[in-house]
Amino acid sequence: MNREDFPLLKQDIIYFDNSATSLKPKVVIDAINDYYTNYPANAHRGDYDLSYKVDQAYENTRELVKEFINARYLEEIVFTSGTTQGLNMIVKGFFKEYLEEDDEVLITKAEHASNVLPWFKLVEDLNIKVNYIPLDSNYYLTMDNLKKVVNEHTKVISIAGITNVIGDERPIKEICEYAHQHNIFVVLDAAQMAPHKKIDVQDLDVDFLAFSAHKMLGPTGVGVLYGKKELLEHLIPLEFGGGMNESFDNPNEVYLKPLPLRLEAGTQNIAGVIGFGAAIKYLNNIGLDKIHNHELMLRKYLIDKLLKIKHIDIINLESDSGIVAFNVNKVFSQDVAYYLNKYNICVRAGNHCAKILKNAVGVTNTVRVSLYFYNTTEEIDSLVELLSNYDKILSEMV
Amino acid sequence: MDRELKREIIMEHYMHPKNRKRASDDYEKVNTANSSCIDNIDIYIKFDNNVIKDITFEGEACAISISSTSIMIKNLIGKTKEEALEYINEFEKMVEGQEYNVDLLKEGNVYDDIYKQGNRKTCATLPYRGLKKAIMDN
Ligand SMILES: Cc1ncc(COP(=O)(O)O)c(C=O)c1O
Repeated sequence: MNREDFPLLKQDIIYFDNSATSLKPKVVIDAINDYYTNYPANAHRGDYDLSYKVDQAYENTRELVKEFINARYLEEIVFTSGTTQGLNMIVKGFFKEYLEEDDEVLITKAEHASNVLPWFKLVEDLNIKVNYIPLDSNYYLTMDNLKKVVNEHTKVISIAGITNVIGDERPIKEICEYAHQHNIFVVLDAAQMAPHKKIDVQDLDVDFLAFSAHKMLGPTGVGVLYGKKELLEHLIPLEFGGGMNESFDNPNEVYLKPLPLRLEAGTQNIAGVIGFGAAIKYLNNIGLDKIHNHELMLRKYLIDKLLKIKHIDIINLESDSGIVAFNVNKVFSQDVAYYLNKYNICVRAGNHCAKILKNAVGVTNTVRVSLYFYNTTEEIDSLVELLSNYDKILSEMV
Repeated sequence: MDRELKREIIMEHYMHPKNRKRASDDYEKVNTANSSCIDNIDIYIKFDNNVIKDITFEGEACAISISSTSIMIKNLIGKTKEEALEYINEFEKMVEGQEYNVDLLKEGNVYDDIYKQGNRKTCATLPYRGLKKAIMDN
């Protein structure tokens, strides 16, 4: 649906790598162009009309984000460069101060590197422990398995809402409820969730959350860090400088701005934030429910067809989003991707930044198709036709 | 070389690569994980003074990397370090689309148009970077 809004789709390309990043609709590109063309001033700085207009547009996106995730306060919405920066701020700015030796953080083997490596750094710095919640035979995270590994040292559960390899959705609300009964914080990596599913931070009751604009039709280099206000107040900025201070005369008298500006040091990605605003409005207009239903329909359509091809092994028969991971019998995933590339079909090969998952799944690499609302059953037909011919794959992959 | 023949040679080396096995401890080991893709090959080399006595490899990689490794092994066992470096040098020129010594490379010529596919160049040169490192370090 809505294909006419995406300039790239006018080319002869089938784009199936939406988990890596999404395409951009014209309204987003126009909003960015409009800023650079018509009011390219700095924000929070000038006392003239152009700059005022920038402030309005920038802060308008903050309002849109607040509504998008149903946050209670505007101060809880901090702009970042993306999920990775948001997670690093949470880990290094908050948990590095809060955690102590022998405390435990729970993650899973399906987490993205950005939700693993910052914690590994804390293991090094503070001597905390990182443990894994076991996944079930479909690579799902279940409450039972979570309860088995929580103990009196557990202080944080840090997990993706939807994973980028399997596309399974975690029972976040239940996890938060259980965690909070045991004085455990929950950090949600929402990079793959925000583009596809309605997030209500108050209903879920997550403590911190991070996501990226570029996976949800927005520009690269923009993201959101959300934290409950009383927790964000204790998050120490990783960056100090312009835009985040109230006044400073000497090292003992530095006064910082209130949230959220305190956590947005330096000139921000203004064009990006403005473009992100246009992306959120666009998504709201279509409606996330409609988007999600369309993806599930496409996924089922694809799976039903792949199941009929005997040389294809589907890794995630079960999934709650538009991600399908598979392998072609005895063909390295990258060769499949190269083969499809010859027909202008973009798919991803690899371990999808979840390098520790390979221990759990038992295959190192997969081909991944990740769908979004602008994909169609006709595109899937083209893919399936190319994949169904094993001899053709073998003869054209090199 | 004819396209179809090149493809056949590449596929033959991919399906039945030479010396795909772990080696004993008296071999040098180099890992060639490729930062731009997911190929991951360990190469084992046994030197006898200045001569490459044996090469084996293990790992998971795409058809281009595996076949290129197999062809490298076939061509460079028994060569001196200098001869191997010269071969690698000519191979690298070919992959960059420059003039090179066609006769020297033998089956290595199957990749003579890979310079047109930027994203596969690193696959073809992967094993050579590993071997070069081992020669330099030895
Ligand atoms: C689950 C998950 N977490 C985190 C990230 C990192 O996002 P970014 O690269 O935008 O910081 C990604 C992106 O691939 C992801 O899929």
